[in-house]
Amino acid sequence: MLTEITPVVRQQGLGHDYYLLTLHAPEIARTVQPGQFVHLRVPGMESGILRRPFSVFKAEHDELTLLYRVIGQGTNAMRRLQPGEEVNLLGPLGHGFPPIEQDKFPVLIAGGYGAAALYLAAARAARRGMICMGASTATDILCSRDFQDLDWEVRLATEDGTAGTRGLVTEVLDQWLAQRPENCIPEFLACGPNGMLRAVSRRAQAGGWRAWVSLDRHMGCGMGACLACVQKVRKPKPDGSEEWQWVRLCTEGPVFESRDIIWDEND
Amino acid sequence: MINPPPSGGLAVNLAGIAMKNPVMSASGTFGYGQEFARILDLNLMGAIVVKGISPRPASGNSTPRMVETPAGLINAIGLQNPGCDTFIAEYLPFLRQFQTPTIVNIWGTTLADYAEIAGRFEGVPGVHGLELNISCPNIKAGGMAFGIQPDMARQAIKAARRATRLPLIVKLPPHLFSIAEFARLAEDNGADALSITNSLPAMAVDIEQRRPILANITGGLTGPAIHPVALKLVWDAAKAVKIPIIGMGGIVSAREALAFILAGATAVAVGTASFTDSPR
Repeated sequence: MLTEITPVVRQQGLGHDYYLLTLHAPEIARTVQPGQFVHLRVPGMESGILRRPFSVFKAEHDELTLLYRVIGQGTNAMRRLQPGEEVNLLGPLGHGFPPIEQDKFPVLIAGGYGAAALYLAAARAARRGMICMGASTATDILCSRDFQDLDWEVRLATEDGTAGTRGLVTEVLDQWLAQRPENCIPEFLACGPNGMLRAVSRRAQAGGWRAWVSLDRHMGCGMGACLACVQKVRKPKPDGSEEWQWVRLCTEGPVFESRDIIWDEND
Repeated sequence: MINPPPSGGLAVNLAGIAMKNPVMSASGTFGYGQEFARILDLNLMGAIVVKGISPRPASGNSTPRMVETPAGLINAIGLQNPGCDTFIAEYLPFLRQFQTPTIVNIWGTTLADYAEIAGRFEGVPGVHGLELNISCPNIKAGGMAFGIQPDMARQAIKAARRATRLPLIVKLPPHLFSIAEFARLAEDNGADALSITNSLPAMAVDIEQRRPILANITGGLTGPAIHPVALKLVWDAAKAVKIPIIGMGGIVSAREALAFILAGATAVAVGTASFTDSPR
């Protein structure tokens, strides 16, 4: 874990407020694990004082690529970054996805640009798998080509039917589950809205499979100190009963095994 | 200005706590030190003030616990902490390896709590002072009530003072009828130093959802937005008391730190900026 001053290599607009930011960050690019994140200090954002956390999309040739959408003042300032400008990063932070065991079939489930957080896991997986990508509309389906280039099967779902199956991403997942060969044991890796993660979690539980989910929360320091980004998880007691405890997304997460999570009523 | 120009060197003696420089961490923004040791040599600091400790573990508030606002942030963590016993057994040993004094921020919800928690650090190796939190805005059960009612504050300070011989720093809230009177009250009842100030009571509303953003509804504002407020409080308090003052609130560079010292502070504490800035 370190601080790295990283020059902007390029900034690429993907349309509909989505951007790819590529930074020259050799130290972080070499050490980052799938599902880990960087905490980015946005230059020139005078009234905003917190860093912004971003999953690492790609890490290759000393370069890190982040996929982001302009949704607030932080990302709005990021959009204006020009090649050569320097960005202060903390990273790699947190615990990401564990390697998928050889005898499991990797199934990724992405909601919108949650796909970016799953790419490294696919690129480094021991075997090819399948990704279900969902969004409200076709223009919110991001980086499906990148997964196709890895020779992964890509299944799409959009709520308005403009790409793939009309409906939720979990419907596409259900179709696949119904058709899969009997000896195929899936392992789920998911990133997206909490409702989607919870739906994936239910399917994993019903089938007796494992699911790893990457959570998103308001984050403060990213270092485990401020306790803003906490999540309730199960904590087994020696007598077999169970209690709960807080864990920090930035430190123990952002990836958790879904069966450990105590979901909020609103999730 | 109140303070004479320094005669040389950065070392300060804060109520008996020898510090190699006047720069401390502000409680609640620096964890228990170990979180930041990965990117910062803790030996460089004047003192480490750890996150608030209560006699028993506290689970804090629900989420969301933090929201960014213009030039600041509002937090309502709710003083989540592992409790005194776990802190001493599992967190304090790490801090003992550094040549930097550790100051433990302590809080309770009853007078008995304040006496108990203050007494628990008597003779504990590696603890150089206590900072008494009578002013957290996020604890419904008592923290702030002690902070803003003079009689309650007096009793809490007295209870802690009787329980410990360690240097006792009292952390004062910003929203008082008179900071000067409160500072004198703390001094008269045994405070060895004052921390000025804590976060400002605040809230943020999500206008689309038509509801408060924080689960706790209200929280405490920190960051550059509060620096001028904290500076004026330090200025007023410094004229009222003889005990040293630690200035805190919105320090993001040496400029704000120097402003506090020129206004009468002996030392300064950096808080929210630790979430953003990092040594290279």
